[in-house]
Amino acid sequence: MDFNLKDEQRALQESVTRLLGTHYNFEARNRHAQQDDGWSRDMWARYAELGLLGLPFAEEHGGFGGDAADLMLTMEAFGRVMALEPYLATVVLAGTALRVGGTPSQRADFLPRIADGSLLCAWAHGERDTWHQPSHVTTTAAQDGDTWVLHGAKSLVLHGLSADLLVVSARVRGAADATEGIGLFLVPGDAKGLSKRGYRLLDQTPAAEITLSGVRGRLLGTATEAWPIIERVIETGIAAVCAQAVGAMQAALDLTVDYLNTRQQFGRPIGENQALQHRAAEMLIATEQARSMAMLAAMIVDDPEAQDRARHIAMAKAVIGREARLVGQQAIQLHGGIGMTTEYSAGHYLRHFTVIDQLFGDTAFHVRRLAEEHA
Amino acid sequence: MDLRLTAKEKRFREEVRDFIATNLPEDIRSHLRAGHPPTKDHIVRWHRILNTRGWATAHWPKEWGGAGLSPVERMILTEEIFLAPAPTPLVFNSSMIGPVIIQFGSEEQKRQFLPKIANLDIWFCQGFSEPDAGSDLASLRTLARRDGDHYVVTGQKIWTTMAHHADWMFCLVRTDPAAKKQVGISMLLIDMKTPGVTVRPIMSIDGHHHLNEVFLDEVRVPVENRVGEENKGWDYAKFLLGHERTGIAGVGRSKERLSYARELATQVKAGKRPLAEDPCFREQLALIEADLKALEITQLRVVAGHAGHHADKPDPLTSVLKVRGTELYQAVCELACRSAGPAAIAIQPAGGAADELDAAPRWGAALAPSYFYSRAASIYGGSNEIQKNILAKTVLGL
Repeated sequence: MDFNLKDEQRALQESVTRLLGTHYNFEARNRHAQQDDGWSRDMWARYAELGLLGLPFAEEHGGFGGDAADLMLTMEAFGRVMALEPYLATVVLAGTALRVGGTPSQRADFLPRIADGSLLCAWAHGERDTWHQPSHVTTTAAQDGDTWVLHGAKSLVLHGLSADLLVVSARVRGAADATEGIGLFLVPGDAKGLSKRGYRLLDQTPAAEITLSGVRGRLLGTATEAWPIIERVIETGIAAVCAQAVGAMQAALDLTVDYLNTRQQFGRPIGENQALQHRAAEMLIATEQARSMAMLAAMIVDDPEAQDRARHIAMAKAVIGREARLVGQQAIQLHGGIGMTTEYSAGHYLRHFTVIDQLFGDTAFHVRRLAEEHA
Repeated sequence: MDLRLTAKEKRFREEVRDFIATNLPEDIRSHLRAGHPPTKDHIVRWHRILNTRGWATAHWPKEWGGAGLSPVERMILTEEIFLAPAPTPLVFNSSMIGPVIIQFGSEEQKRQFLPKIANLDIWFCQGFSEPDAGSDLASLRTLARRDGDHYVVTGQKIWTTMAHHADWMFCLVRTDPAAKKQVGISMLLIDMKTPGVTVRPIMSIDGHHHLNEVFLDEVRVPVENRVGEENKGWDYAKFLLGHERTGIAGVGRSKERLSYARELATQVKAGKRPLAEDPCFREQLALIEADLKALEITQLRVVAGHAGHHADKPDPLTSVLKVRGTELYQAVCELACRSAGPAAIAIQPAGGAADELDAAPRWGAALAPSYFYSRAASIYGGSNEIQKNILAKTVLGL
């Protein structure tokens, strides 16, 4: 049993934190959000320089050979500043699909370009009627020679607008909710027949609705039974957003504690009121419980043999969804009116947590999944 | 990072499990499994069985009968005892006064008391709280006046758990009323049979007798029964209260109650189908289980010495364990009680006549009492509000 970071991990954590500390305060974040893409290409280049974009990839693919713990540290740092860059979409989601499911030549072709920052990707899996049911896929794919022709629509595709390459799930056969018969396909972002409509999520994360009308794509890997890969991508995504949430929870707590120590009412800092101290302590308790779950998720997600992997990942997402909401809500309450304003950062954490809760299944969804196991 | 237990730790878990399976008397196990509090006889018998392996005082140094276990092994031992379920070693003996005597006691006190404390030949109770000194413990007023080679002690203690079973009490008394309130306190070991000691029961809402008031009226205590130096008692009390943190989260205890609730739910019929098939019940169970998993990891972080986010400040996780651990335990006990439905609300007369016992549904009898008694968990051991004060002041700097 060991919770300590290796020296390289500590170094990684320090350099990411330093980079973001210099370039990513709340004002800078707002500037990044104003850009056309909704994020900063300058920052992306800096992440590439630091090796973050190849973190989970093998060294032969220009990567760092890191594990889920490295990813956890990075996502936690991104969460602290609510970073807007397409790291989750490109490196974590599409990156995992390519890394785990790609043929050797697909890996050799795409992963180095992700690592050097020249290729942006997106994970186009969810659909309008998916709700949280990940096997709900109605987009279809039919083989035509050595390519496939895709018809359908994908919803809430994170960073779909800027993506050069989309990893799209589509049904080759089977009923709409079956886990069998789903394949994953690689589609260029500018493919003929592909249309995109971009928008922003509550926390300014760019997303897109994507329509596929006879779009040509290539099969990811060689099998049309891609469900295990999809599950792996989703689990890796859950572990990543859990860490991201913990970073944001810690930041919200730190910000709130600063405020409690600064803001004066009745001639003394409001933090001297026990009622408010207890709320802050509850935020701390929630953050530590969430941190424990993010660690569990990170440690188990890379271990395909681990018993209870799916169950523990679901537990992590369920607990963190609820704890993060508590922290976000209390941050606003303790800031008073200023917590409700858009120009101040406190309230934005709740927006961020609301988005994270809805990615890959919310608290209620995962609790229900766990409950069904007791049936 | 690696969450897995080592092969040695796994073997130790097996060893503990086997030992408990072989040695825990079935009458004790089934009594606790049904949710009843252990009797004095249960506690003494099991404590002595554990002591044959040094496991009643596992964290003591080996020379005084400890087991030389690592922190992880101690955690495993505690968990397995809770899961059995078996009574835990008497906390007043093994975790409180024992370590204090080892650290601060005289050689004579060590020889006289430690073996008997370890084997529960002497049962200690804790004389700390007073009517006006609960969370604000340093306000205690029980007075010890020096008279030759004796102290003469007069005052009142309250909430004295199991004092009615105790042979001795470790007691905080004021030896210097003029000093600042933390300074003039000493710690005395008082034989409960000394003239002037009166124990009066306090019945709690679970219908049981756990708590007492203890009145001390001109009780003469030999000076050699003072632990450490005069007026340094506050330091020893702080040491004692901060000493043993293994098990504060009660993960094993909550897991055991949760498994009992699940077992009950397969037997309880809600009309045609068992409660276990009710989606709402299952979701409540699932969420508690997930929260417990988080608590378990937090506990592992504490045991493994994983520093919290502020490496330069006190480890916040201990208070996190207390607050969340007790909240979850309470949630499980409440869920088990509610699962029994109407069967939980009939009072069972203790030792009542057979026809009385048969008149009410009996199987849910312990569930409401254990639910009621679980409410104490967030009060004792430093109330959860005090834990939040600690977190706010020492960790968050408020």
